Amino acid sequence: MTTPRVYQTEAIIIKRTNLGEADRILTFYTPALGKIKAVAKGNRRPKSKLGGHVELLTHSQLMLARGRNLDIITQAQTINNFLPLKENLETISCGMYISELVDAFIDENLEDHRLFNLLLETLQRLSEGKDADVTLRYFEIRLLDYLGYRPQIRQCTSCNSQLQPVTNFFSSRYGGVLCANCAYQEPVVRALSLNALKVLRLWQNCDSATAYKVKINAQLASELEKVMRDYIRYLLERQLKSTAWLIKLKSGKSPG
Amino acid sequence: MNADFTSASEPIARLIEEFNRLPGIGPKSAQRLTYHLLQAPQETAEALADAIRDIKENVSLCSICFNITDSNPCAICRDKERDHSKICVVEEAIDILPLERTKKYHGLYHVLHGVISPSDGVSPEDLKTGELLSRLNTDSVTEVILATNPNLEGEATAMYLQRLITPLGVKITRLARGLPYGGDLEYADDVTLSRALEGRQEM
Ligand SMILES: [Zn+2]
Ligand SMILES: [Zn+2]
Repeated sequence: MTTPRVYQTEAIIIKRTNLGEADRILTFYTPALGKIKAVAKGNRRPKSKLGGHVELLTHSQLMLARGRNLDIITQAQTINNFLPLKENLETISCGMYISELVDAFIDENLEDHRLFNLLLETLQRLSEGKDADVTLRYFEIRLLDYLGYRPQIRQCTSCNSQLQPVTNFFSSRYGGVLCANCAYQEPVVRALSLNALKVLRLWQNCDSATAYKVKINAQLASELEKVMRDYIRYLLERQLKSTAWLIKLKSGKSPG
Repeated sequence: MNADFTSASEPIARLIEEFNRLPGIGPKSAQRLTYHLLQAPQETAEALADAIRDIKENVSLCSICFNITDSNPCAICRDKERDHSKICVVEEAIDILPLERTKKYHGLYHVLHGVISPSDGVSPEDLKTGELLSRLNTDSVTEVILATNPNLEGEATAMYLQRLITPLGVKITRLARGLPYGGDLEYADDVTLSRALEGRQEM
């Protein structure tokens, strides 16, 4: 199949880096072409026609021209700018986190319609000011699922025995839950309460509408966050930079 | 680096490589600059070398506002004619130039040296935020103008600073965000337009 010289796509902008004096390299996720990098010429000048249409965390319709190395964005029109998300420091930070997550996990040109829709849905949820913990955790679970890193949480990942309705253990190295016996022999595990296990099991197997109805208290939210943070750090072999920022932002906030 | 320098002699290759490290200069431009200097008179080359050495030896950051300066405190901070009750917070020292060119602002500045950008690993402690707070605590400042760029990182930084400064009871303002002069309504995005509408003024 020959690719046309000019093409159009929907896109969600996930990263921007400066290039030269006034240009930017944009990284964005598209429904049919996956993750793409392209140049937005003159985008740092105030009169840029692309302007805010290619701001981070914006859903836009882009027109692109094939370039020698990177393609060039010739036109852009906002579909949804998720403005409410951008007016709050916490939701901006959550949005930056999911952008970094997608950028870190997804190779270029690896397309997945489901992930595109999940990204849109997640930005919309954050925009509406809904429970960010639930939104982010469900996003992580689904993303890992799409990528083939679905954690094994039905039986013990090591001995295959049925998990008892007690506190079990999560091992990033095993990519799933260990029973108390097996966890005893594994140096790095994290305790996983029965409630956390139930929520993870539900999220793994339900649609987003159901997932978002789950109410989790602060303690459970923090437990799930830590389990997923460990697992993601293990898979990427590094901690995401925005994770540190999210932790800092949370700790600096007075309760209430 | 993908340019082939092997054909050039060692000192030439070295200069090309140094130019190539600079922002916005690719291998082709680096070669052009190097050969230009080779053919230029001795004084031209030496003047350039001196100028570079000079900025590294004699230019530093103002200990008050972190502007780039050859005297400490900088000329702006020392100027008694300026309004010392106002501080305009900018991302980079270079942002001071366009603001000064307007001749409309006579207060002081504070240079953050960056913006909060979680995915680049830049958080507030990497910026001159603590230094800003101590200025606000000790000096008789009544207004802080947040002049970070009107993009996501700039906005996030402004929101964060607002959170830090509010308890001090200092008036906080943000540069108006709206349509660029000489711009075209047709190409304006919704965020710019809605903010321009919010900030509309009676004529
Ligand atoms: Zn077991
Ligand atoms: Zn100064």
